Amino acid sequence: MVVTPFKEAVDTTVEAGGEALRLCYQCGLCTGTCPWNLVTSFMLRKLIHKAQLGLVDFEDEEVWRCVGCKLCVQRCPRGVAVTDIMRALRRVVMEVGAGIVPHSLRLSVKNVSGVGNPLGEPPEKRTDWAKDLGVKTFTKGTEILYFPCCYQAYDSSAKRVARAAVNILKKADVDFGILDGNEVCCGESMRKAGTESMFQNLVQTNINAFAEAGVKKIVVTSPHCYHTFTDEYPEFGGNFEVVHFIPYLAGLIKEGRLKLTKELDKKVTYHDSCCLGRYAGIYDEPRQVLEIIPGLELVEMQDTHECALCCGGCAGRLWMETKKGERFSDLRIEQAIETGVSILAIACPYCLLNFEDSLLTTDKGDIIQVKDIAELVQEAI
Amino acid sequence: MEPRIGVYICHCGSNIAGSVDVEQVTEFARGLDSVVVARNYKYMCSDPGQNLIKEDIENFGLNRVIVAACSPQMHESTFRRVCEEAGLNRYLFQMANIREHCSWVTENNGRATEKAKALVNAAVRRVLYHEPLEIKEIPVNPNTLVVGGGIAGIQAALEIADSEHKVYLVEREPSIGGHMIQLDKTFPTLDCSACILTPKMSSVGSHPFIELMSYSEVAEVSGFVGNFKVKVKKKARYVDEEKCTGCGVCQEKCPWKVDNEFEVGMGKRKAIYTPFPQAVPNIPVIDREHCAYFLKGTCRACEKLCEAGAINFDQVDEFVEIEVGSIIVATGFDAFDPSVITQYGYGRYDNVITALQFERLCSAAGPTGGNITLKDGSTPQSVAIIHCVGSRDQNYHEYCSRVCCMYALKYSHLIKEKTKAEVYQMYIDMRCFGKGYEEFYDRLSEEGINFIRGKVAQITDQAINEEEEGKLIVVGEDTLLGSVIRVPVDMVILCIALEARSDAEEVARLFSLSRSPDGFFLERHPKLDPVATMADGIFIVGCCQAPKDIPDTVAQASAAAARVLAMISKGKIEIEAAIAVIDEEQCSGCRICNALCPFNAIAFDEEKKVSRINEALCKGCGICVAACPSAVISGKHFTTEQIMAEIEGLLV
Repeated sequence: MVVTPFKEAVDTTVEAGGEALRLCYQCGLCTGTCPWNLVTSFMLRKLIHKAQLGLVDFEDEEVWRCVGCKLCVQRCPRGVAVTDIMRALRRVVMEVGAGIVPHSLRLSVKNVSGVGNPLGEPPEKRTDWAKDLGVKTFTKGTEILYFPCCYQAYDSSAKRVARAAVNILKKADVDFGILDGNEVCCGESMRKAGTESMFQNLVQTNINAFAEAGVKKIVVTSPHCYHTFTDEYPEFGGNFEVVHFIPYLAGLIKEGRLKLTKELDKKVTYHDSCCLGRYAGIYDEPRQVLEIIPGLELVEMQDTHECALCCGGCAGRLWMETKKGERFSDLRIEQAIETGVSILAIACPYCLLNFEDSLLTTDKGDIIQVKDIAELVQEAI
Repeated sequence: MEPRIGVYICHCGSNIAGSVDVEQVTEFARGLDSVVVARNYKYMCSDPGQNLIKEDIENFGLNRVIVAACSPQMHESTFRRVCEEAGLNRYLFQMANIREHCSWVTENNGRATEKAKALVNAAVRRVLYHEPLEIKEIPVNPNTLVVGGGIAGIQAALEIADSEHKVYLVEREPSIGGHMIQLDKTFPTLDCSACILTPKMSSVGSHPFIELMSYSEVAEVSGFVGNFKVKVKKKARYVDEEKCTGCGVCQEKCPWKVDNEFEVGMGKRKAIYTPFPQAVPNIPVIDREHCAYFLKGTCRACEKLCEAGAINFDQVDEFVEIEVGSIIVATGFDAFDPSVITQYGYGRYDNVITALQFERLCSAAGPTGGNITLKDGSTPQSVAIIHCVGSRDQNYHEYCSRVCCMYALKYSHLIKEKTKAEVYQMYIDMRCFGKGYEEFYDRLSEEGINFIRGKVAQITDQAINEEEEGKLIVVGEDTLLGSVIRVPVDMVILCIALEARSDAEEVARLFSLSRSPDGFFLERHPKLDPVATMADGIFIVGCCQAPKDIPDTVAQASAAAARVLAMISKGKIEIEAAIAVIDEEQCSGCRICNALCPFNAIAFDEEKKVSRINEALCKGCGICVAACPSAVISGKHFTTEQIMAEIEGLLV
């Protein structure tokens, strides 16, 4: 095949935020690092080179491969933000119209754009999860806004985390409230899936809702919300103090506002989610909280901390179909089982969904359970 | 005097003792004739090891010493010094190499031990015939000759002259400055090349301790370290250097235009010219091959207009004799002519240019006033920069030219800055090894340069689609993509190799230098003696030794200056005593040895009709000893008796 560099395509990618591709010197460390090569062949280095020359085939599924786990970004010797390049390439597909959008992703995008959440649930039902918990609506003067992720608000399984969080906050006498349903999806993964303008709309809606209610401090139970509120919202005028629930919990325990008294005689391993780990650098607090729980024994998996294996759900991959045999969550469950634990602790709703799905499809539900740290703490108070 | 020998066997940790039974060898040595004492020790070269020898020389009255250890290349000088410190002439020492020649290369321990014994035996037999030799010293002339006025020669000359020692700087062009003065900017700092060089050039021009001999060439070198005699040819300038005021009227008014070498063929100069405005000395020369007066006998416009009356058409080449103690050769490089790589179309396509031409295009003083333009005067929209043209290629030069990756990056920056054109770097490997170089690469990457890995196969104007019409198409494999890539561009810059000067062979002969297979002058040791040569007192610096960048060149020039100043400061030098001697009584005067000597050390005495060896030049190589048909030349320290005894010792 004979090719010729296509400058216009490079310009489009760069304009879409893929400036980082200029820095890449093609060493291939990213390809060697990328978890996709545990299950299939994904020449990430080559894809970036194609982007450098404007030769990306937007109809190829490789544009949609990257899970945004940042393992390569963390190690790249040239500081290339591969995730930014991937986001830019997807923008070219989503917004310029080159190439094909995976069907399942298209559905989620439609849902978010229509009703403000990827599940397609009605906005008025956003607070239904908290109905019987007696949570007050956030008003001016309330100290903290608790902001659950869309899945924690709607998904029948994931909402147990939001409920646990509320119970804990109440137990610690925290002055908090939730919004009345005016808020929408944080947009973090939508942005990584390439829907930039929709993301910016979501940001504005949320910033307005927060500002209207007089929010100053937000506690979130999803590291995805945490990442975008902290790292991306300020660019659009959203300046709030944002804390992820786990470090906040660690603070409550340290201050003596929360006492963990009940014995939990379990062997547990902890999975570092990408957004809490590599994105936010929060590795210690989840482990500190787990180790404070009486009777709990914490063991580590093969790949932990900075080297943790992604569950496969970042950057919009949660909404895309991944073939059986290529699912990172299946590999991660294996790693967890190898440590001989009965509980895999997590702190991210996407990890929760992916792992529970893996337990179902690989029929491992009787060997190991997936629980959010909030759930375990709730059991111990 | 009865010989009393001490033998010392070194373990060299386990390097020797691991395969040679050192106790056995020691015991063996004790049993040899004339051996008074034999010992072994873990590291003979250590201070305690050295002291062992010194004490034994005193206590046992030793008059011969043998150390069986590593190669004499490593520690012969150490043990010779030890002997001298204990009052023993250094030539009464002999070294047996039982490491490189024995323990390292012999797998069977028993056989290694036997071989070590044989080597020790040979040394013992040989040393019996050793004689003390007299070590002579000769005075050093404190003047220095620097050949070549590029950055290397300029730097070396200034370093030496600043210590108030006289330097003769010989430059064959009308001005000093070399290649560096042709460059626009220098990587990685993007300093203006002329701005950092011209202050040094003018220092050279006005330095009270530098005699600048421009438009001159070295014609003859004789003598030896500390005492060279050099004949310099001052080419006729046809301008009286004393009278010329450098006003420039002659160049302005000269009606004859010629292609300008300094602008690499891209501009014109006059038949009387200085190569560039900041020339040092600022004295023009008349190019006799293009001057109408010399060609046709008419014109003389310059003569008529020169108010100083400096034009002198009757000038002839002049020879000047100078005497110096050391010589620094800084003759630089030639730029590779890429027209031999026909598939790149240099010379065939107007807009395929060399790196040096691009430097001139960029220069504000260049033919376009610093505008990067195509031959038709328009600005390029896209430029390809081809790396390794003539370098890293068995067909031309096997070596890496070391500067091209970096100047190619610099070009990217200059192109982006001046034209906004799209830039493609076609490279094999990016080699950015120097201080700040990788950072420069990093910075340039951010400026949005396209890097395509692969050696370019062809540059063609044969378009295969509309987009390629009227363009130069660079064709090659993008090895990172695994596809053939065609890049249509307006301009192609060839990063040409730096090669040895076309007259390097003559220069090498003139100064008794060796050349490495790549054609550049050979240093004495690539790592530990990089500026010295096998010719004592003659040093090589800059690109005549190998391609290198400006920082390395300046460092080398300063290093050579330090070596020269060390000699001047000591004022005298020791000369090798193990040299050849001719028995003049028996010399038949056949002169066979004269021509064979690689160091020009043998001269014929016409009066006495015998050959005579210059002690300061002789290196004791032994060629004349072997060649003498009358067998009347002997090599001191390598006499027939010594060599035969050594062989016997090995064979017994």
